[in-house]
Amino acid sequence: MHLEGLRVLGKPEQFARYYYEQGADELIYQDVVASLYGRNSLHEIISKTAKEIFIPLTVGGGIRTLDDISSVLRSGADKVSINTVAHENPDLITKASRMFGISTIVVSIEAIKQPNGSFIAFTDNGRNRTDKEVVSWAKEVEQLGAGEIMLTSVDQEGSGKGMDANLILQVCDAVTIPVVAHGGIGNPKHVLEIASRLPVSGLAISSMLHYHTITISKNLDSFEEEGNIEFLKSNRILSSIEASTINDVKKLLKDNMINCT
Amino acid sequence: MGKAINIAIIDYRMSNIFSIKNALDTLGYNSQVTSNSKEILAADGAVLPGVGSFPEAMKHLYQLNLIQPIKEFIASGKPFMGICLGLQLLFSKSTEFTDCEGLNIINGKVENLSKYIPNVTVPHVGWNTIIKNETTSFSNIKSSIMSRSFEKDHYYFVHSYIVEPDDINHIFTKTRYSGFDFCSSVLVDNVFACQFHPEKSGPKGLMFLNKFFR
Repeated sequence: MHLEGLRVLGKPEQFARYYYEQGADELIYQDVVASLYGRNSLHEIISKTAKEIFIPLTVGGGIRTLDDISSVLRSGADKVSINTVAHENPDLITKASRMFGISTIVVSIEAIKQPNGSFIAFTDNGRNRTDKEVVSWAKEVEQLGAGEIMLTSVDQEGSGKGMDANLILQVCDAVTIPVVAHGGIGNPKHVLEIASRLPVSGLAISSMLHYHTITISKNLDSFEEEGNIEFLKSNRILSSIEASTINDVKKLLKDNMINCT
Repeated sequence: MGKAINIAIIDYRMSNIFSIKNALDTLGYNSQVTSNSKEILAADGAVLPGVGSFPEAMKHLYQLNLIQPIKEFIASGKPFMGICLGLQLLFSKSTEFTDCEGLNIINGKVENLSKYIPNVTVPHVGWNTIIKNETTSFSNIKSSIMSRSFEKDHYYFVHSYIVEPDDINHIFTKTRYSGFDFCSSVLVDNVFACQFHPEKSGPKGLMFLNKFFR
């Protein structure tokens, strides 16, 4: 919920496999607790995933150096996303895009709406405020060499109440690199609303799909070692989120003449 | 099936070699990630994968003494596949960051998409279709095998630069992006190279790999 109150849903590689079979176009691993897990366990998850899924995989969370990027790519990721380090050391964006190719470097922007209507970029799952206004920061990362922007509305994330169209439009208008928007999708109609009228390159969906996936997952015991699974056992989901599949989304888009794979 | 086909995946220390290896493993090939010229030349087929920038890649290929072995492998007539940057590297030169010479196996150049399409979203990231270049009749035996049934399928692209072969007969497929048709793959004798990632394009992409190497 707003990137806080995270719940254990299951093993990432199992979800990945399921979404690949369902026809996902791309997978994004956001290691939200990068500092709590060892690097090696993340690499193991990437390797396991990349062994069985043959669609692009973007990995983010805790990436600080060119060496980090290199090792995540060598584990099987296709793109890496950075946020905190992009603010601390913007030069890394330029160096990384020169070394690994512009298309490999995704800058993640976590936006929180301000009382005056503008958006400020945050880091660390919306916990730490930066001094950057989102639209100008988006332009700046494009100038620095970012190949893609992953834009999260922290206000909408986990709410299931729909995306922030205004935020997405402002950022898409400001840059010519692809923008993947995230945060707020609670049912397939939310996807249609955005895809039918905004020039966004991609939409990232998490809770809505995950909640459907856990309803069909019978093997909860294997998750016990991962942490607090009370939420999983309780078998309840937020009422604002309508658990759906990728096929539900694609069908609705196709029925409305929106081009998708 | 008798698939004891050995494929060398050429490692120049900057690519996502893992995904192409996984794809070939899944298809039942015997693949090997290597920078060793003897191992490359001994293989039945080779893949030059690609993530990264053109000048960096050429620098690595040079430092690892891989330029001659790649040329020698291609001259041997065995199937050779270039993917993404591995397509671009086969060309004479690129303008990525600075003018840089390539492997010069296919005459032509590599240029930024924005040179051809103003105000376009670069990089071109996502799924797109490929259209066979109908102006050329390929005598290549691989051509009919590979072009079967790929129309309307989507493949995954992620790139900022495109290739422009001097000889339009080298263009195997084109892809439309923002109303502009660019060369999305070439087929020249035993060399097939594509801008899209067959190893990242789901089951259809895997089929593409299989059709070329089997």
